[in-house]
Amino acid sequence: MSIRFSFGGDEHIFAEVSEEMSLEAFFTSLSMTNAVKAAGIKGVTEICPANASFQVKFDPDRIKAGDLLKELQSMEGAASESDGTLQTRIMEVPVLYQDPWTHETLMRFRERHQNPNATDLEYAAEVNGLGGVEDFIKAHSSQPWFVSMVGFVAGLPFLYQMVERKRQLQVPKYLRPRTDTPKLTIGHGGCFSCIYSVRGAGGYQMFGVTPMPIYDPTQKVSYLQDEMCLFRPGDIVKWKPVTRDEYDAAIEAVDANRYEPVIRPSTFSLSAFNRDMAGTNAKLMEALNGR
Amino acid sequence: MAVNVISSGLSTTVQDLGRPGYYHLGIPISGGMDRFALRAANMLVGNDEGAAVLEAVFLGPELEFTAPATVAVTGGDLPPRLNGDGRSTWEAFPVKAGDRLSFGYLRTGARVYIAVSGGIDVPVKLGSRSTYTLGALGGHEGRALKAGDSLPLGAGTGAGGKGAIPAGLRRMPGSTAELRMLPGLYWHRITAAAGKQFFADTWKVAPEADRIGYRFKGGTVLDFVPREPPFGAGSNPSNIVDACYPYGSIQVPGGTEPIVLHRDAVSGGGYMMLGCVISADMDLIGQLQPHSPARFVEVSMDQALAARADRQAALARLRAHLGR
Repeated sequence: MSIRFSFGGDEHIFAEVSEEMSLEAFFTSLSMTNAVKAAGIKGVTEICPANASFQVKFDPDRIKAGDLLKELQSMEGAASESDGTLQTRIMEVPVLYQDPWTHETLMRFRERHQNPNATDLEYAAEVNGLGGVEDFIKAHSSQPWFVSMVGFVAGLPFLYQMVERKRQLQVPKYLRPRTDTPKLTIGHGGCFSCIYSVRGAGGYQMFGVTPMPIYDPTQKVSYLQDEMCLFRPGDIVKWKPVTRDEYDAAIEAVDANRYEPVIRPSTFSLSAFNRDMAGTNAKLMEALNGR
Repeated sequence: MAVNVISSGLSTTVQDLGRPGYYHLGIPISGGMDRFALRAANMLVGNDEGAAVLEAVFLGPELEFTAPATVAVTGGDLPPRLNGDGRSTWEAFPVKAGDRLSFGYLRTGARVYIAVSGGIDVPVKLGSRSTYTLGALGGHEGRALKAGDSLPLGAGTGAGGKGAIPAGLRRMPGSTAELRMLPGLYWHRITAAAGKQFFADTWKVAPEADRIGYRFKGGTVLDFVPREPPFGAGSNPSNIVDACYPYGSIQVPGGTEPIVLHRDAVSGGGYMMLGCVISADMDLIGQLQPHSPARFVEVSMDQALAARADRQAALARLRAHLGR
């Protein structure tokens, strides 16, 4: 993989590791951004890893664009040899699929959708050749997902499904983006799922909501007092379908600020994952469930 | 010492020079869209150039002062009135306790910066007082101002109260704004003819123009170079695997209407970008009204850096003029 560099105006260097998404591209991007961080290059003001690319913002009054580009290029060899091992976290995210709030919202924006006569989940099941909504939810929630990018809006995770490519769920984005998406909606576009951290515009299909806060600018939520944003690239997520009663109980706990997310430390090795996806995922589930 | 908000205007927010360092989490830099005008307003009232001010767009707020202070309004031509009497923009004026500042109708530009000596002293969040409304972060309670809000002022009243900035030292877009851009990023995705046409067209600012980004319409739909969609990108020729968006980057969803991301940018997404508006011209975008014409002008990196130096020289002239 050879990285394609491009200047984004006079203050950014944009780097595309690969045109297509893969965990290999993600790990190269992460290694590169970690190397840039560790190098402490003067004049670098923002280092942003993404799914299969990354970006460095710099102050051209402190470092010349060409000099920074040379430094980045010199790191490329080491980064591409990254062994793809990560000390990370696995966390459970409860999801109320087919909830009333995303349903009300998707009904308001049917004219922007590929299939105005189906819900987003019905459409997603159909385009993935699955029998129906229940089968789709099972395919969506049975295997873990990898946080390959944080962004768009504050703390929003992009999640990449940890299964063979031919089994990965793919759903087109809305034809035209909505102007509204409920907070904490579980969305999906292309091969990525996401959790909308704030209410606002969005183009991803809407499958459900989680009661679990993932961004808190007031830093009052017990587990978001040190960091406003829960997710970091490399985190691993397991969706847990919940009933309306379980959702309501979780919301009550959130409101009383006694909600505790299930988060466990774990390691991830890309080479081990590529050798045995089912076995790697089973170990992750053991780490999550404490067995 | 406080500023009381009698009426809010259309969308008035507390802004300083911004909040760098959190873009990797999706938290944008925020801060004034026209930082040249923001710095000028602070200079006029004797503040640090990066003190927090109010940014008002299209329609001004009405404010009441609880103590004597020095005030300056810069940016667009939104005529200030003190207790109903006209005051000039780009000029410091004193206010007394109980005085009310209001505004007439916008003549040119889009945004004004209202600096008060001492600065707007809302809590610092992640290193800045700027408001990021989408993320409910910073500023006054993470949102645009509402009637009834009371904003604390910093202690120092500064040595302002005098001085004005003549028109020759200000910086505003021309009648057709010329936004210089460095092509790059995913420029290779469009045909050479489409690239040529992109610069030849005169665009108009669309109604969807805010702190996140400015949309432009009325130009030619882009022709893309054919390709097999890369895995994970999506099927539209304008789709890419979701990537970072630089500030000033010009994305063109569906190849139809370019959007230039600004200070409250979404940090990434799945649309190809043609390049970036250069740092020196980002201030100008903040002064564009919907329906106003604009052109994109191709420049090289050397030209972008020369324009950046010009903007810094213009700020140096302001400082010299005001004896700072």
